[in-house]
Amino acid sequence: MSTTIASPPAAIAVPQPAPSRSRGYWQGVARRLSRDPVTLFFGAILLLMALAILFAPLLAPHDPYQTSMIRRLRPIWFQDGRYPLGTDELGRDMLTRLLHGGRLSWFLGITPVLIAFAIGGTLGVIAGFAGGWVNMMIMRTTDVFYAFPSVLLAVAISGALGPGISNAMLSLTLVFIPQIIRVAESTTTSVRNLDYVESARASGAGALTIVRVHVLPNVLGPIFVYATSLISVSMILASGLSFLGLGTKPPEPEWGLMLNTLRTAIYTQPFIAMLPGLCIFATSMCFNMVSDGLRSAMDVRA
Amino acid sequence: MLLYLVRRVLYAIPIALAVGLVCFMLVQIAPGDPINAIVPADAPQEVVEQVRRDYGLDKPLPIQFGLWISRVVQGDLGRSLATGRPVTADLVSAIGNTLMLALVAAGIGFVMGSILGTIAAVFRGSLLDKAAVGFAAAGVSIPHYWLGMVLVVLFSVTLNWLPAMGAGPGGSGSWAWDWEHVKFLILPAVTLSVIPMGIITRTVRGVVMELLNQDFVTTLRGKGLRRGGIALHVVKNAAPSVLAVMGLQLGYLMGGSILVETVFSWPGTGFLLNSAIFQRDLPVLQGTILVLAIFFVVLNLAVDLIQTALDPRIRRA
Amino acid sequence: MTEPLVHVRNLNVRFVSRDATVHAVNGVSFDLAERESLCILGESGSGKSVTLRALMALNPPRRTQLSGTVRVGGHDIIAASERKMADIRGSTVSMIFQEPMTALDPVFTIGRQIAETVMRHEGLSRGAADARALELLELVQIPSAKRRLAAYPHELSGGLRQRAMIAIALSCRPRLLLADEPTTALDATVQIQILLLLRRLQEEMGMGVIFVTHDLGVAGEIADRVAVMYAGKFIEEGPVRGLMRSPLHPYAQGLLGATVHSGLRGERLTTIPGAPPNLERVPQGCAFAPRCAHVEEACLPRVPEFRSPTPGHAARCVRVPQAA
Repeated sequence: MSTTIASPPAAIAVPQPAPSRSRGYWQGVARRLSRDPVTLFFGAILLLMALAILFAPLLAPHDPYQTSMIRRLRPIWFQDGRYPLGTDELGRDMLTRLLHGGRLSWFLGITPVLIAFAIGGTLGVIAGFAGGWVNMMIMRTTDVFYAFPSVLLAVAISGALGPGISNAMLSLTLVFIPQIIRVAESTTTSVRNLDYVESARASGAGALTIVRVHVLPNVLGPIFVYATSLISVSMILASGLSFLGLGTKPPEPEWGLMLNTLRTAIYTQPFIAMLPGLCIFATSMCFNMVSDGLRSAMDVRA
Repeated sequence: MLLYLVRRVLYAIPIALAVGLVCFMLVQIAPGDPINAIVPADAPQEVVEQVRRDYGLDKPLPIQFGLWISRVVQGDLGRSLATGRPVTADLVSAIGNTLMLALVAAGIGFVMGSILGTIAAVFRGSLLDKAAVGFAAAGVSIPHYWLGMVLVVLFSVTLNWLPAMGAGPGGSGSWAWDWEHVKFLILPAVTLSVIPMGIITRTVRGVVMELLNQDFVTTLRGKGLRRGGIALHVVKNAAPSVLAVMGLQLGYLMGGSILVETVFSWPGTGFLLNSAIFQRDLPVLQGTILVLAIFFVVLNLAVDLIQTALDPRIRRA
Repeated sequence: MTEPLVHVRNLNVRFVSRDATVHAVNGVSFDLAERESLCILGESGSGKSVTLRALMALNPPRRTQLSGTVRVGGHDIIAASERKMADIRGSTVSMIFQEPMTALDPVFTIGRQIAETVMRHEGLSRGAADARALELLELVQIPSAKRRLAAYPHELSGGLRQRAMIAIALSCRPRLLLADEPTTALDATVQIQILLLLRRLQEEMGMGVIFVTHDLGVAGEIADRVAVMYAGKFIEEGPVRGLMRSPLHPYAQGLLGATVHSGLRGERLTTIPGAPPNLERVPQGCAFAPRCAHVEEACLPRVPEFRSPTPGHAARCVRVPQAA
């Protein structure tokens, strides 16, 4: 599973903090991004997709729940474009389902990462900055979760809790928290040991001030970039859970679940049956490429 | 070296225990009385109470955990609610199938990834490099359960070359390395291999690129070594970190094949998990996850030890 | 007349990238006789290391453009194929690098790194190559050499690592040894030991040596001749004693003035104002003119030619008198 990108091996480096993140630094990042056509291209697609699913109720030609026994599994451009992408196994309009399904898929994919970013980031910064036994407690607990391959952990928690959107999100959040903690901890530790933080400490600045002024501005960027790289994984995992029947329940439109219920149609309408997966792939790919672009734009050494 | 070995092995024990605790807690966090994870819901009340006492479920949680661990260590993972058979029995054949699938997929992915990554690093910035990087990005972004379906549509439905599901004639019991069986393995293994291929491509590309920029490569050129001679140095330098990533990938394949096994009805642990989830068969769920996670812990340990053995810079004190 | 060991005429090295072209070396010419030692002095970025690497075509292959004439031991370096170069490197000419920690492969033993060079060029068996490696470690005076053969670079001190580096460079008895700041990364006491070792080995083995350094002390210790480099050009060249005692070019004067010098105790240290030029464009006139205290009209339109007041000592400065 692409969960694997989640645990950063030595070679796929997490961006290291630069000694100073001034206004000039962020301008540099923006300049490098604006010169990176690949990232801009994938970013643009992502933006288009976001707008499409945001305005799904306005754009969608049909009702996503309206079934029809006579119109089942009709081909692309059925009825001269009245059903531009055909119909699914219950006769619902595919385009409508895909647009609406994106809302839940995106929500399921992004929310766990955001929550994990908040919780994991906080715990990681605390662990990195406090050091000592606090670090020990947090990091050893993290080690335990690292002993599970992420897909397995997500399936285990979801499977035990039973199906449902909130259970799926809870399990994904639990999968991502340790990964973000690790990155946050290592970035914070390296910032903490930089000379200027040492000197701030030596000149008697309080811990809170040091964290606010020196540590947070330097670590939030790298942690955030790492978190964006998890969105791609999260999208695939969330849809995967739905595919296993652990996420949303029918008739709710969601890409993973649609992929599952359309599996029987691969003999009759293979192209239509592949569409929800294509959407997951496209979204995940775009998030991945944008995250990569962001990382190299923020890497001062490059 | 021996001391390091002993210390590293000893460190794995608390991790394994904690993993056991997490698996134990799975039944506790499941909605409903944990007793339902042991006896079928329609069992008579006296039986339920009898089992509750036998299994010590009326005792405090820490003691329950101790009892559970001591049973697990003896190989008793409980009985399946659905079939009534011991979980261990079902697991043994499933693990074998999953391991076979994971090893073949890893083999494909590692070889392809190493080749692509090396080419990309040597010709960095070229069109070949960009193609390899794009391929790797697609490999890690693709929902492989979907890729599996696409391959089925292509090679089973349209071309009718390869079977779409199962593990061949006679089920999982009569596997043999002949075409009649191997053809069932191809699609799931290829599907599963795209992720390690993507990851290994990225890793090898990054590691080799960094190595080629090192001063010592200039020294090697300065000594008059030819490409082959330099390649030997690069491989030996890259091996520890690349092997570490490969080891983790193998673990992820073992634990992550659930979706692909579901798509192809491959009779491995993933398939077992899927039916356990579907039937809310908690003993099977718990046992399978425990075994896979312990396998992952052991694999991590092995990777660490191999890495230490290969890299003279790591102190072996 | 026999050909000198090194013959360089109008060497130009440019590094081409998507963003810019850097003119690192601009028209360097010099000869080196057998057994002679030349020291190239200059600040970082003056092109001295690049010049040195050009002598064995060791600059990054894809980005580097070489032009001019470079002949080493009778081989045309610029025309040579990479295959031919691989045969020349390590046997005819070899190099010692600045940072022995990063210049040695961290996961191969010292013995193996020496032996593979010998095996590559002299086709010795593994056993014979190992025996040679042991001899070489003894030659560069590494104590308990036998044990050190099996050591990895990180297990040695900086000085021992640099000795091992020297052993690798000398393993096939090259006629020309190039040394890129061989002592810069070392402790002061170790620096002197390494310099003495190099001087002794040069005499014993009869090699030509070219040193690159920014350390005048090193130059005085080991060189027969010194060349001062600035902005990719030789701006002064002469015998070590004459050049150190009475530098001609204002830059060389500044360079000597900016260094603590045992002979000059009590005099004020001077500094050179300003910074070296950006080499993305080749300066039209004297590259040092913007920083020079004595700049005049004649410096600007074109690069001054070498002028030589005494035989063998010359500088590119309009103020230097030309001997008749």
